[in-house]
Parts: sequence; structure tokens; C-alpha cells
Amino acid sequence: MTATPMPPTAAPSAPAATPTDAPAVHTAALALGDDALVLSHRLGEWAGHAPVLEEEVALANIALDLLGQARVLLSLAGDEDELAYLREERAFRNLQLVEQPNGDFAHTIARQLYFSVYQNLMYGQLAATESALAPLAAKAVKEVAYHQDHAEQWTLRLGDGTAASHERMQHGVDALWRFTGEMFGPVAGLDLDRDALREQWTARVTDVLGKATLTVPEGPQSGAWTAGAGREGLHTEPFGRMLAEMQHLHRSHPGASW
Amino acid sequence: MATAHQPLTTAPHQPAAAAVDTAALESAFDAAVAADERIEPRDWMPDAYRATLVRQIAQHAHSEIIGMQPEANWITRAPSLRRKAILMAKVQDEAGHGLYLYSAAETLGASRDDLLDKLHSGRQKYSSIFNYPTLTWADVGAIGWLVDGAAITNQVPLCRCSYGPYARAMVRVCKEESFHQRQGYELLLALSNGTEAQHAMAQDAVDRWWWPSLMMFGPPDAESSHSEQSMVWKIKRHSNDELRQRFVDICVPQAESLGLTLPDPDLKWNEERGQHDFGAIDWSEFWSVLKGNGPCNDQRITQRRRAHDEGAWVREAAAAYAAKQSERKEATA
Repeated sequence: MTATPMPPTAAPSAPAATPTDAPAVHTAALALGDDALVLSHRLGEWAGHAPVLEEEVALANIALDLLGQARVLLSLAGDEDELAYLREERAFRNLQLVEQPNGDFAHTIARQLYFSVYQNLMYGQLAATESALAPLAAKAVKEVAYHQDHAEQWTLRLGDGTAASHERMQHGVDALWRFTGEMFGPVAGLDLDRDALREQWTARVTDVLGKATLTVPEGPQSGAWTAGAGREGLHTEPFGRMLAEMQHLHRSHPGASW
Repeated sequence: MATAHQPLTTAPHQPAAAAVDTAALESAFDAAVAADERIEPRDWMPDAYRATLVRQIAQHAHSEIIGMQPEANWITRAPSLRRKAILMAKVQDEAGHGLYLYSAAETLGASRDDLLDKLHSGRQKYSSIFNYPTLTWADVGAIGWLVDGAAITNQVPLCRCSYGPYARAMVRVCKEESFHQRQGYELLLALSNGTEAQHAMAQDAVDRWWWPSLMMFGPPDAESSHSEQSMVWKIKRHSNDELRQRFVDICVPQAESLGLTLPDPDLKWNEERGQHDFGAIDWSEFWSVLKGNGPCNDQRITQRRRAHDEGAWVREAAAAYAAKQSERKEATA
């Protein structure tokens, strides 16, 4: 294993969207669209399994917002269904964070906290640029503010609830920490102040975890294997299984309309 | 007037006067129902009316949350992003309907925890239709078209139910159910007009869901145990058989437009009655599924219990945090 990120090679069978020859804005739309698509899918797995009825509604709502964002972004990069259903694992450009399995409710909340704080800040910056993605960012940032609030409120409840919930929440926050560094890597077509993004993200997460009586993890935010890897098409084992489930029906009926 | 949580009480020290009062309250209640006025949570109502409503609303709420399972089964495999968004929104609506309905039951003095406990322990039922499996993507369409279609036929009259909170909840539920029914129809239409394999998938789903959908209206009028009193109380407005007939008459032309066949060789237009005749329903299957022998009874209730049990620590954490917060508020006050 090496610390050098994998080169950005798309799988040979991947159709269309090969970021190398696509305009930079397509690369950016694909990266952000894949984040939203994949996290939406993971949240959709909670349907019928949530700890309380209100969370069935809330998690589905966040999943739907993200799916809506994904559809706009992927359509900017190509055909939304071709991109979602016909790319191989190595052609996806999402962060490894969002593909991580749900785990328990605390794990899901930790993932959502890290991602929503990032997405809120990132869309906030993007909305103020001249990018073709700015209109989407301006609309989505309002939705994401609610996602962040939801995740922060639950982080407080679980962190500062019972001893058992505190332990689970700390475990979730610790386990996912190593996937957070990737959020601050460069993405072609995204002209962002990445230092400010990292600084504001760290300040916010540190504040929330502190209020929730949780400890900010001390480990590295990216490892030898994870540095920039999702954005380069290198994913974790559970992702292939997730895609197999997601793509199976669509791929079983080539060319069919639904 | 009694509050929502007060059972019907007679003052213990004045039995004679109380009896007169009860009689007066009862006749006022009967007059209000007869005049199509709404009964509200704080109004006096007979114990049996309250109990009937709690039973019916709870069963309806349970059906919404159990009904999420067969459809959620396909969220992760929906074959296009548009279909995935529609299905997620639909399953979310069902959770929302569960919330309104448990709230409506709470206006009668029931508690959601207690009702869930009764669901989990089998003391209260949910609609038997959800004990059938969703085996293919077309089942999502068949549930929308037939199961939600049958539910709407049952529920539209409930918008005029004598109990106000239930009637108002049903107005909103029916609007959303109507969207669900249309998406199911439209999903099946796309399959029916699609490839040969897609068309076959749609026909197979309709073949499997048609008869169970007809059973959703409940046993024939002659065998329905709760119907008569509910009609008098205007909780129920039409008999099981009337609603079933209405549903069949609606579905026949829709099936033709879909290019799909309803699996009943005896189904035909009866000129004299101005309605369709249809074949005999296998009520032994209905009773068997109701008693717990359907293909998914165990699976549905096991998943529900597991979600509830595995979520216990989350609910405890939320309660503990809320208690700490109010202690802190008091300490700083």
C-alpha cells in the first residue's frame, strides 16, 4: 500500500463521463452529485428501521433532498440514470465518507454531522461564485442547513443523553474521523477556499462535539489509503455491494424505460 | 364536558342525578351524530364509541407503518432515480400518516407507546394485505394502483366520519393516497407498454394482488362483526360489500386502459344491475392470513419489533437529554 493517491482512471467499461476529457464543471458536478446520490441511498436503507416514527420522516426527508440535488447535478454531467446505474464502482467520484454503511443510529448521525457541516459550508461558498453549479448550491444550501441542524441536535442528545448513547456516539465520531480529510481535497471545477472550508468545518464540529460532551478524535483525518481516494474512484469494500443492489434491476433490463 | 383523557364518569356521590345526566348526555350525543355534527375530543361520548374509534384508528395507524415495509423493500433497487424519489416520498408519506393517526388516537386518551405495544404483542391488528410479499418491482405499482386504490375507496367516506380529528386526518391522508394511487397506475402503465419482460412482470403482480385487494374491504356484510354499530355512529358510512363493488367497477376500465387482465374469469358487466359481477372470494385464505398464516406475518412484526427494540437506547437518550435540559433551565432560572 502506498501514500500516493491512485491516478484518476475511470474503469474501462464506464460509459460517457470520463472526467479526464470532460469539462471541469462536469467533473465537479459528478463529484458532488455522487456524494448526494450515495448518501441518499444509504439513508434510504433506514426506511422501516428507524428508532422512532419521527425519524422515519426526517431521514427520508434528508434522503429525498439529497436525491433531488443528485438528479440536478448528474444531469449537468450527463444522463442521470446512465450515470447512476451504468457506471462501475471505480468510476464513482463520491467521498468515501458517504458510502460508509449505516451502522447504528449514532454512526449514521456522526456521518451526517460530518457531511452536512461540510456540504453547508461548501454550497455556501459555491453559491457565491460564477460557477454553473451556483444556482443549485444556492437552493440546496437551505435544505442542508436543516440537515445540519438535525444532525447537531441528535449529536447533542446522544452525546449528552445516557452513558450508553454517549459511548455509541463517541464510537461513531471516532470511527468515521479518518474519512473526513478527503472533504478538503481539490476538485477540478470547484474554485473554493479550501483552507477556510477546513478551518470553519473544524471549528463547527469541535464546538458541537464539545457541547455534546464528546471528545474530538485525535487520529489522522486521512490515511495512506484514504487520501483523496473516493474522488479518484477508489472506494471501500461495502460500496461495491451497495452498487450491486442499486444497479441490479436497471442493468437486468438493458434499454428498458421505467 | 369531559376532557380528552377523562373516561366517562358518573359522580359517585350522586348516583341518581348522574344517571339522569348520562342519559341527557347520551341523547345529546345521539342527536349530534344524527344531525351530522362532528364529535370533538372534549365532547362527551359513549365509552363504546371511544373504544371503537381507538381500535379502528390504531389499526389504521399500524397499517401505515407496517405498510412501509413491503415498499421500502424496493427503495434501494428502484430502477430509475425518478422512480426512487417517488417511492421514497411515498414511504415517507406513510410514516407521516402513521403520525397523524397516532395523534388522532391520542385525542381519545390513548398513548402511542401503548398502541405500539399492542401492535408488537399481537393484541391489535394491521391490514392483512401487508402480509403479502413484494417480489418484483411491478409489485410497487400493483400496491399503488390496487392496494392504495382500495384504501382510498374505504377512506374517502371516512373524511365524513362523525369524529372530528379522525375525519380531518383522513382529508389529508386521502389527498396523498390519491397521489400514491396515480403513481402506481403510471408505474404499471410504463411496464405494460415496455418490453415483453416488463409487461409480464406487471401482469404477474396484478395476478397476485387482485384478490387480496378485494379482501381489504373486510368480510361480507353478513359476517362483519363491527359494522352495524359503526354505521349508526357514522364512523362507517357504507357496507363492506358496497365498497368492494364500487372498487371493482372502478378497476375494470382502468385495467383495460393499462392493457392488463384482472385474474377473474367470472368478471363481467351485469346490464341489469349496472355493475360488474365478479367471482367468489376465497375467504378461507383471508381468515388464514388474518390468523397469522400469511407469507409475511412473522417477518413484518419481527422487523417492526426489532426496529423498536434496537431504537430503545435512542429514545432513552432523547428522554435523558430532555430531562437534563429542563433541570439546567430550572437551575439557571
